[in-house]
Amino acid sequence: MATAKPILYGAWISSCSHRVRIALNLKGVDYEYKAVNPRTDPDYEKINPIKYIPALVDGDFVLSDSLAIILYLEDKYPQHPLVPKDIKTKGLDLQIANIVCSSIQPLQGYGVIGLHEGRLSPDESLEVVQRYIDKGFRAIEKLLDGCDSKYCVGDEIHLGDVFLAPQIHAAINRFQIDMVLTSSLIFFVQIKISAALTLHTHQNTNSNKLSFSCRRSTQSCRDFTTRTWKSRHFKPHCPRISQMHLQQNNQEIKPVTTICV
Amino acid sequence: MASAEAPAARPILYSYWRSSCSHRVRIALNLKGIDYEYRAVNLLKGEQSDPEFMKLNPMKFVPALVDGDAVIGDSYAIALYLEDKYPQRPLLPQDLKKKALNIQIASIVCSGIQPLHNLTLVRFIEQKVGTGESIPWVQQQIDRGFTAVENMIKGCAGKFAMGDEVQLADVFLAPQIFAAVTRYQTDMSNYPTLARLHGQYMTHPAFEAALPDRQPDAPSSG
Repeated sequence: MATAKPILYGAWISSCSHRVRIALNLKGVDYEYKAVNPRTDPDYEKINPIKYIPALVDGDFVLSDSLAIILYLEDKYPQHPLVPKDIKTKGLDLQIANIVCSSIQPLQGYGVIGLHEGRLSPDESLEVVQRYIDKGFRAIEKLLDGCDSKYCVGDEIHLGDVFLAPQIHAAINRFQIDMVLTSSLIFFVQIKISAALTLHTHQNTNSNKLSFSCRRSTQSCRDFTTRTWKSRHFKPHCPRISQMHLQQNNQEIKPVTTICV
Repeated sequence: MASAEAPAARPILYSYWRSSCSHRVRIALNLKGIDYEYRAVNLLKGEQSDPEFMKLNPMKFVPALVDGDAVIGDSYAIALYLEDKYPQRPLLPQDLKKKALNIQIASIVCSGIQPLHNLTLVRFIEQKVGTGESIPWVQQQIDRGFTAVENMIKGCAGKFAMGDEVQLADVFLAPQIFAAVTRYQTDMSNYPTLARLHGQYMTHPAFEAALPDRQPDAPSSG
């Protein structure tokens, strides 16, 4: 009897779910995607009692948390390994992943934004999130100082890249971070997640920013997007990612997968 | 006659007595019986912004570990590095599912609870949102995370979170519960399993030695 496919419960806008989608795609794992809103789907609690997303259901095993899921996938599906063998390199890779998942992403969620509502203006709220993103991105830039590999910790994609890509995606598209980012990085992000996402992307030929239209969105997401979608740009100092953009700018846009040079 | 090789230098842990992230690593080092050098970073005096410390951890967070030529910031990365480098007294089980659940619980603490009540955010809330506003915020974050973990481990018959041996989940839970009880007046009756675990941790030697007020930089009492 064929083994059932693992099921990923997630949401299109969730950058934590985004990480897992990338990992599943990289490892070539055939999975079933189920979109869920834990706040409004009453049946989700029966599937995952702690109501977090993403959640992976593998047979009778339910696992939440993107880091736990990805490391579980790493053990169960060893193809395209995401964790370096060298323990120092692994330490750096995990540090990058944890900067994203402990020090940036938790501070940009709706809960934190909601804290500020009524007490801070939308501009002030956005500025707060941008500051957390800036701090995290600058720290990662410092950690990668002098690195000349194609990706964060080598010439292959590893865990740090899997966590960084969705964070950059969110930074640009939700939080108005202008990283002078290469178009090829955007295409990398889109190709890896396009099978699961419900976004359309339209490249603005007059600039390097992309505009997004949502095919599916909850009301709260629409409200947040309306409140924070402004033309201001916050420019953290990310020379390595910027450098890649300058190098790629004159090249034909193709689905390359470089994040760091 | 050749002189004996110099003994390997002890790992150095940069820590603040009250930092629950540092507390996790202290527990892990103690459990594995690793002799280490403690170097205090006074967060209240802003020593995390010293240029020399920022070279160790550009996020300006404690803990940071220097072990020979390995330099690692972030408690989770450090814990898993120690697990690889010092395999005695393993913190992660071999079984894939139990291992994954350990990682999930540790992640709930270090991504879902602690970052939402760390010093920086609490100060921000007090300054920008209002004095006293941080308390209900922190309690709400702890409640959300503790409810999730309690639901995961209630009914666990073992002495510790995932069985009768201390594992990674305990290393992360102990400092969070300690902070919740001693600093944020959390009513642990809502989380009976976590309350029971707290009692276990408070009498385990490796956990006791890692407690904040046992650290060299803790303010002396009396």
